[in-house]
Amino acid sequence: MSDGFIELRNIRKVFSGVVALDAMSLVIKPGEIHCLAGENGSGKSTVIKIMSGVYQPDGGEMLIDGKPVPGMTPIGAIAHGVQVIYQDFSLFGNLTVAENLAMNVHLGEKRRLMNWRRTRAIAREAVDRLGVELDLDAEVASLPTAGKQLVAIARALMSDARLIIMDEPTTALTRKEVETLFRIVRDIQARGIAILFVSHKMREMLEISERITVIRNGRKVAEGPTGDFDEASITRHMTGSDILSEPYVWTPPPGPPPVPRLEIRGLTVPGKCERLSLAIRPGEIVGLSGLLGSGRTDLALALFGMVPRYEGEILIDGAPVRMRSTQEAIDAGIAYVPEDRLTEGLFLPQSIKRNMLATSYERLARKLVIDRDRAEEMTQGMVRAMQIATPTAEKPVMQLSGGNQQRVVLARWLLTDARVLILNGPTVGVDVGSKAEIHAKIRELAQHHGLAVLMISDDVPELVQNCNRIVLMHRGRFIEDLPAADVTEETVSDRLKTFT
Amino acid sequence: MALLRRSETVIAGILLLAMVLIGTINPAFWQLDNLFSLMRSNVIIGIMALGVLLVLISGGIDVSFPAFAVAAMYLTIKGMLALGYNGVVLPLLAATLMGLLLGAVNGFFVYKFRMIPLIVTLGTSAMVRGFLLGVVGTSMININKMPTALIDFARTDVISVTKADGTTYGLTAMVLIYLGLAVAMHLVLRYTMIGRSAYALGGDPEAARRAGFDLRKTIFFIYCVAGALAGFAGLLHSGMIWLANPRDFVGLELDVIAAVVLGGASIFGGRGSVLGTMLGVFMLVMVKNSLIIMKVDTTWQLVAVGLIVIVATALSAWRDRRRMA
Repeated sequence: MSDGFIELRNIRKVFSGVVALDAMSLVIKPGEIHCLAGENGSGKSTVIKIMSGVYQPDGGEMLIDGKPVPGMTPIGAIAHGVQVIYQDFSLFGNLTVAENLAMNVHLGEKRRLMNWRRTRAIAREAVDRLGVELDLDAEVASLPTAGKQLVAIARALMSDARLIIMDEPTTALTRKEVETLFRIVRDIQARGIAILFVSHKMREMLEISERITVIRNGRKVAEGPTGDFDEASITRHMTGSDILSEPYVWTPPPGPPPVPRLEIRGLTVPGKCERLSLAIRPGEIVGLSGLLGSGRTDLALALFGMVPRYEGEILIDGAPVRMRSTQEAIDAGIAYVPEDRLTEGLFLPQSIKRNMLATSYERLARKLVIDRDRAEEMTQGMVRAMQIATPTAEKPVMQLSGGNQQRVVLARWLLTDARVLILNGPTVGVDVGSKAEIHAKIRELAQHHGLAVLMISDDVPELVQNCNRIVLMHRGRFIEDLPAADVTEETVSDRLKTFT
Repeated sequence: MALLRRSETVIAGILLLAMVLIGTINPAFWQLDNLFSLMRSNVIIGIMALGVLLVLISGGIDVSFPAFAVAAMYLTIKGMLALGYNGVVLPLLAATLMGLLLGAVNGFFVYKFRMIPLIVTLGTSAMVRGFLLGVVGTSMININKMPTALIDFARTDVISVTKADGTTYGLTAMVLIYLGLAVAMHLVLRYTMIGRSAYALGGDPEAARRAGFDLRKTIFFIYCVAGALAGFAGLLHSGMIWLANPRDFVGLELDVIAAVVLGGASIFGGRGSVLGTMLGVFMLVMVKNSLIIMKVDTTWQLVAVGLIVIVATALSAWRDRRRMA
């Protein structure tokens, strides 16, 4: 009865007593683009690992071409044409594109010697097959993320693949790169190869896939053609509840306009941004978007004292401040949550407490000794206020989910009594549920604590939903300042597309 | 353009500049006998550096090779004296094999227990040195007892020149052995899968495992070769200096690692070449040699080597970060 290329039936997988998958079923038809949707921790990666033979299921069975394939191994999976493109791509950054592409062929043939001419020929063929431009002699580490992904895809295509599993392929890509990726994915599909797209980004799933399977807590909760789903229904299946999305409204208080929390006048960072002027009043959430390299991050860094050689004026609550170092920026009340919280913001092996207090130690330390009781009190208060899911603040941050990690970073800055909060890609890599909570938190901070928020993001829906104004930046200049009430996601996206 | 961006070109450029500089301060630098003696000083450090290069490429580090070298050298000569054997090939093979076996011990701990190579090699280094002095002996074997065949072998010159005053000097044939080993190492690294697997391991161990490399084989190969080269160099060294000292090579690990890093190998693994390493070795030896000629105190030479390690490592770390960006 099965018309699938690969089928999981009632798969169960238990890790030391914890059920990761229970009654998980999934059918992938030959040559279809299928989306596996689920929040972080829902069991998506376990599904991938079972399909690729890394894990053995504890119950249920897997079928390929209608026949059960017990005891699948990674090599067996590859022999059946199942290829996985991991999030980290599993490439060798120190080697050339050509060698990365040819490596598996050499290993498969159990060669002892390295034939460079053949390596190039194999790589050339792989790249041609994908129909893309790649410098075969470039070191992989020097490629942008999208380039590395192309290498990984080209490599997966080499081995007569019938199914390519892509694990969160769009996480680190810009909108434009995502479009290129989708074009390639459709192209691969045209050759009769099925694609399993594992993601939690709804917009992308709806755009690319033909069928969707939603997984929650290790179980399949919904399945069907993409046309049967919309964002709300996927979210409902993924989280088990409805997430409300009302636009953020900011009404200026009656009377004369309040003094802006943050004002910049003619801010110029040589070569990065030019004569930027902007005022953000208490309670405002201003969105900032633009392509990578538009100068948006440079602006944020200048505000945070990381570009001491800027020109122009920065005013906090009407008082001019010169941002020569991060310490001065923090003292002035600026908090910055960087783009990649994992590498820039957190000390992953350290406890939640230490991470939260990282910028507050100076204030906690009276006469060289840290006020431990006060530190404890501050941490506990924040864990509660930010609703971080943890039994204790001593837990290492790396054991938290992405959303909780982001909250730790937010908490750290709130402890510094920030008045201006700059967020750079606040929910990159965060699943829908956590995303909604982070958004709610940010709104609350602006609304009830009078913070001025500058939210930098590529995620247009995020901006439209949470900001009262959206500023678009291109080549170092502000191009537009749109009241969020007057725009839709489409208008902002279309505007961004005209920037090249 | 691509040639200019290669680390080797940069190192060669710096080397040339340093040579001009040293030659200006001290014109005797350019004399043939000084250059010959400089090349002679490259041999032992250079052979050991080839092994360290391999280890660094794989993302590891080895500080045990001087201990292995001294153990292989001293045990072999003790053995030769005990047996009354006077030859060259068999003793060199024996010393190489001893180094190889000791290297296998490093490989075992690094692979089996996934231990940090620095800790493993620090441990094996201390044990081997302690064992040598405690069990085998502490006395030096001087020229009067040294096996003559070894000395004669190490005295072979490829070129000899007679000076105006009748004294002769030459370029030792040991340079050829060094060159031969260097070419072999280059071929292994560039044209064999085991060589490429060292690069892969140093680049991303997890990806190397997923790709299906036999990492056990790779790790054992790397540490065995490093040990074997050290054992070989150890015995050759005693032939060249007519002396077998069980306390020899103390602190040499710093010189050799400095030379390899100076030669562009990344301390984080995944990058490095034989040509670069040879240039690095030459640079280090030349700097030390010039400090001696300039009558700089040996304690200050230590400072210089330490400085070289830090500056070279900082530069290569900076380079690697820029490549990632």
